[in-house]
Amino acid sequence: RLAPQCSEERREAAPSRVSRFCPPRQSCHDWIGPPDKYSNLRPVHFYIPENESPMEQKLRQLRQETQEWNQQFWANQNLTFNKEKEEFIHSRLKAKGLDLRNETGQKATLNAEEMADFYKEFLSKNFQKHMYYNRDWYKRNFAITFLMGKVALEKIWNKLQRKQKKLSV
Amino acid sequence: MAACPHTLSSRLLTGWVGGCVWYLERRTVHQSPHTFMHILRNVNKQWITFQHFNFLKRMYVTQLNRSLSQQVKPKPEPVASPFLENTSSGQAREEVDEMRSLSPPSLLSSQRPNTKELMELASVPIVEGAVDVGKEAKEEKQWKEMKIQVDDLPGILARLSKIKLTALVVSTTSAGFALAPAPFDWPCFLLTSLGTGLASCAANSINQFFEVPFDSNMNRTKNRPLVRGQISPLLAVSFATCCAVPGVALLTWGVNPLTGALGIFNIFLYTCCYTPLKRISIANTWVGAVVGAIPPVMGWTAATGSLDAGALLLGGILYSWQFPHFNALSWGLREDYSRGGYCMMSVTHPSLCRRVALRHCLALIALSTAAPILDVTTWAFPVISLPINLYISYLGLRFYVDADRKSSRRLFFCSLWHLPLLLLLLLTCKRRPGGDLQGAAPS
Repeated sequence: RLAPQCSEERREAAPSRVSRFCPPRQSCHDWIGPPDKYSNLRPVHFYIPENESPMEQKLRQLRQETQEWNQQFWANQNLTFNKEKEEFIHSRLKAKGLDLRNETGQKATLNAEEMADFYKEFLSKNFQKHMYYNRDWYKRNFAITFLMGKVALEKIWNKLQRKQKKLSV
Repeated sequence: MAACPHTLSSRLLTGWVGGCVWYLERRTVHQSPHTFMHILRNVNKQWITFQHFNFLKRMYVTQLNRSLSQQVKPKPEPVASPFLENTSSGQAREEVDEMRSLSPPSLLSSQRPNTKELMELASVPIVEGAVDVGKEAKEEKQWKEMKIQVDDLPGILARLSKIKLTALVVSTTSAGFALAPAPFDWPCFLLTSLGTGLASCAANSINQFFEVPFDSNMNRTKNRPLVRGQISPLLAVSFATCCAVPGVALLTWGVNPLTGALGIFNIFLYTCCYTPLKRISIANTWVGAVVGAIPPVMGWTAATGSLDAGALLLGGILYSWQFPHFNALSWGLREDYSRGGYCMMSVTHPSLCRRVALRHCLALIALSTAAPILDVTTWAFPVISLPINLYISYLGLRFYVDADRKSSRRLFFCSLWHLPLLLLLLLTCKRRPGGDLQGAAPS
């Protein structure tokens, strides 16, 4: 059961580090990893139980898909931010007639007030993108949590039924 | 007795200012609950590397290390109380290592090595070689099983509900209760505090539930329980419900319906208005200021049962205070906000940001003068509060004119001690019922 789970890990949406992590055989819980380099989100390795119910499968797939979607968005967002920030600094330094590196060989940077224009521009440029993301994120978050509730109730119900059967025997 | 001013000022100040205020507090704090004294002592023992304060749940973390570079993480959240989060510098460095690639968002240019790595991120690294195998092994060790340990649960829930911030919210409510012109009723006071505390826990938990991916991307908030997977979203929501329902019920039936209504309204305002609004419009700051102003009003209505002018004045003081506090804080967090998609005045309307901060500093002077007119305090209050109000207004003016990091930091740190001191002065100048010695007012 572990091999297919592990190989699933490899086809995680790029850009991200390919993780070769495999949880120990005897574990029957999800595992959560360190924050991703690009998205800062922590990847979750989902456990697939032997007798997974259809609802549990739906939940797991929704969580997996949301994880990939989130990863994609934030990795892209952060990389774009850093790239555009670099470009902005380059263009400003050029306009000022300064070198990209100062006397000590380190990268020249602009101060916070000079960067303020960039921050404002970046925020407004990405406003619509964030609106869509926010809406989708809230929807997914509610859906996952609601489904978690249903799965929990289903488990409790099954447990009670098993107990009842045992008592009646 | 409102313990809020004492805990706030003591915990947040270092150096001689802290020493002075702490001394002042000691003289008046002989009635403080044991836990607060314990906290005070701990504070003096620890080296506070992250300072964190917020009356409207706006959290500002400053790590003052040797190179004097700052890592500031914003968390603009409206709740009526200052919040202090202590993290050891060791833990902070560990986190910096973990997130080296994208690095703490607001890393200043003075931290050169990290900036370099940040810039290198433009190209996707290819993982190869023995070094990377070593890295992989190390990374594998960082994977954690998502299994709830019952022993850890109290700590996890405390962090989920932002227990320290909640404590500060409760403190402002206590201040409101103590300032109200009614005999101090201990059972009512305790019920109010408990109810408000539970309501605050619920609101904070829902806030964290909504903001997981955003919290992950900001240094200050990346260690939250939901971000780290220590608790499931379902459990977080269930916990919030289990706090909100008894909390509001306690306020409605144990105190009075008005206080209960304010409580539930504040939860709604914070979770359903402020939290989503942070990413939509700069209006969130004003909504957040209202959220911060409501708890002391609740304390007042709990004591008197009605929403009188004094309650609104107290709420007004808290409301006005939020602006110099938060706007100054947000000045240093513009990079984080921009990257994370938060709509804050400091990014979109910088001059408005500074203007509003100054405006509300001046409003504090006006409100302090209105206090004796509304019979909340004696005329001594506007006089003795004038120095600190003038000082914060001066710093507000400096911030408005200079518009740089230095002035924003000065204004922010001033706001941290200004509010507790103002509340303390309010309490000491409280107008006693004339000639009527019944109903001891807390001194």
